[in-house]
Amino acid sequence: MTAAVIGIALALPTGLHVLLQNAQQISGSWDGSAQISLFLKKSVSHRQALRLARQLRKRDEIAKVSYISREQALQEFQQQSGFGDALKALTKNPLPSVLIVQPALAHSQPEQTAVLLEQLRRDIRVDVAQLDMQWLKRLYAIMDIVRRGLLVLAGLLALTVLLVVGNTIRLAIQNRRDEIVVIKLIGGTDAFIRRPFLYTGFWYGFFGAILAFIMVYTALLLLSGPVEKLALLYHNSFELSRLDLDTTLILLISGVMLGLVGSWLAVGRHLREIEPG
Amino acid sequence: MIRFSHACKRYPGGYDALNQVNFHMPRGQMAFLTGHSGAGKSTLLKLIALLERASRGQVFVNGQNLAKIKRPRIPFFRRNIGIIFQDHQLLFDRTVFDNVALPLIIAGLPQRDISKRVRAALDKVGLLRKEKVYPVTLSGGEQQRVGIARAVVNKPPLLLADEPTGNLDPELSREIMHIFEDFSQVGVTVLVASHDLDLISQLPYRQLTLKGGRLVADTDPSTQEQVG
Repeated sequence: MTAAVIGIALALPTGLHVLLQNAQQISGSWDGSAQISLFLKKSVSHRQALRLARQLRKRDEIAKVSYISREQALQEFQQQSGFGDALKALTKNPLPSVLIVQPALAHSQPEQTAVLLEQLRRDIRVDVAQLDMQWLKRLYAIMDIVRRGLLVLAGLLALTVLLVVGNTIRLAIQNRRDEIVVIKLIGGTDAFIRRPFLYTGFWYGFFGAILAFIMVYTALLLLSGPVEKLALLYHNSFELSRLDLDTTLILLISGVMLGLVGSWLAVGRHLREIEPG
Repeated sequence: MIRFSHACKRYPGGYDALNQVNFHMPRGQMAFLTGHSGAGKSTLLKLIALLERASRGQVFVNGQNLAKIKRPRIPFFRRNIGIIFQDHQLLFDRTVFDNVALPLIIAGLPQRDISKRVRAALDKVGLLRKEKVYPVTLSGGEQQRVGIARAVVNKPPLLLADEPTGNLDPELSREIMHIFEDFSQVGVTVLVASHDLDLISQLPYRQLTLKGGRLVADTDPSTQEQVG
């Protein structure tokens, strides 16, 4: 019972940590893809667009420029958006042509990219220049918040584990009150009396951590199927990473430590109250 | 071995359990502590075992001033005292053997020595064949003898007994007293608190009498000396 409560309390931050790790991995793989999308004015012809692309490719700070013509954009949109039939009803293509500009790696620092963006935006052929980095930055900011929140949550749950272990040990001490009195009467030291309770706390923490491991492992197993399906929809082969060795070790160690500390505090608090006489 | 010097014990609330108690017990002596219930017998034993501390005055055991013993040292001090309780204070979820072995386990003796000394102690109180049973299945007298075996198993130089024959019939009580006499004869200092005057008066040992927390009589048949 106690071990189960500890297990759940430990499983929550561990599970979130693993999910966060996965999120970082996903965003990490997008990290290098800070792209600038140039939506060209509708008045810009196919030929003019290709010329602009050629001009841009000559610049040092640009690694790659790919051109999506209005027709291509429409086709893609019809295939992927599910609005295919509705689009067929349109007489004119509403989409602009797009140049996707990939900054060279050497120039991909946020400030340099911002300068490039500003230059491109001033070009008269460009309607809108958009840095796809923006949402990534926001994602990072959100993940920072989540990570901080995770720390707070982990702290609160660690406190919960301490209290749960402490309470269990307190009950165990009360149950063995007579025994403690007798041991004190015949010369047992506090350390001697404390030892079995510390063992108890140790095992509670240990089994709690094991249970947490099983819970997180099962949850990830259940999630991995749908996640892979989702990743496939994004043309992305992504595999949900499992609990790694580091996380498992930290989970075990923190479980055991919390068990030990919780029982130590409980025994320290309640042992003095029990005195023969 | 035991020396009380103007020892007083006042409990919270102002009740004086012991008042200006003075006496000295040499090493190897056997003595009885008598008096009505509430006279302070148990309190006096508690002061010796450091279950309580004197409010005023001093108590010396084996030359040590008990007021100087700090809390963490108390367990080690108690290992030199065998204490026998009226209610035995046995652990009922453990066998007789395990009960008697407890002081040795606490002292950290190796397992082989433990078995040997537990059997020797049980043999001395005549319970060697009951080592594997649980205390509940024993009679009151047998339980008391388990308590004695536990008190003497680590060979303490001082033995305290608080009403050891309280719930026993006269026959069994005499038996228990004989066990104490045996220990006294091998040099153990024995102090027995008891209100069983019939039994005590038959035995040739020193008697300390408490009344209302004061030591009112100290008789010793072997010297015929009387102290007020």
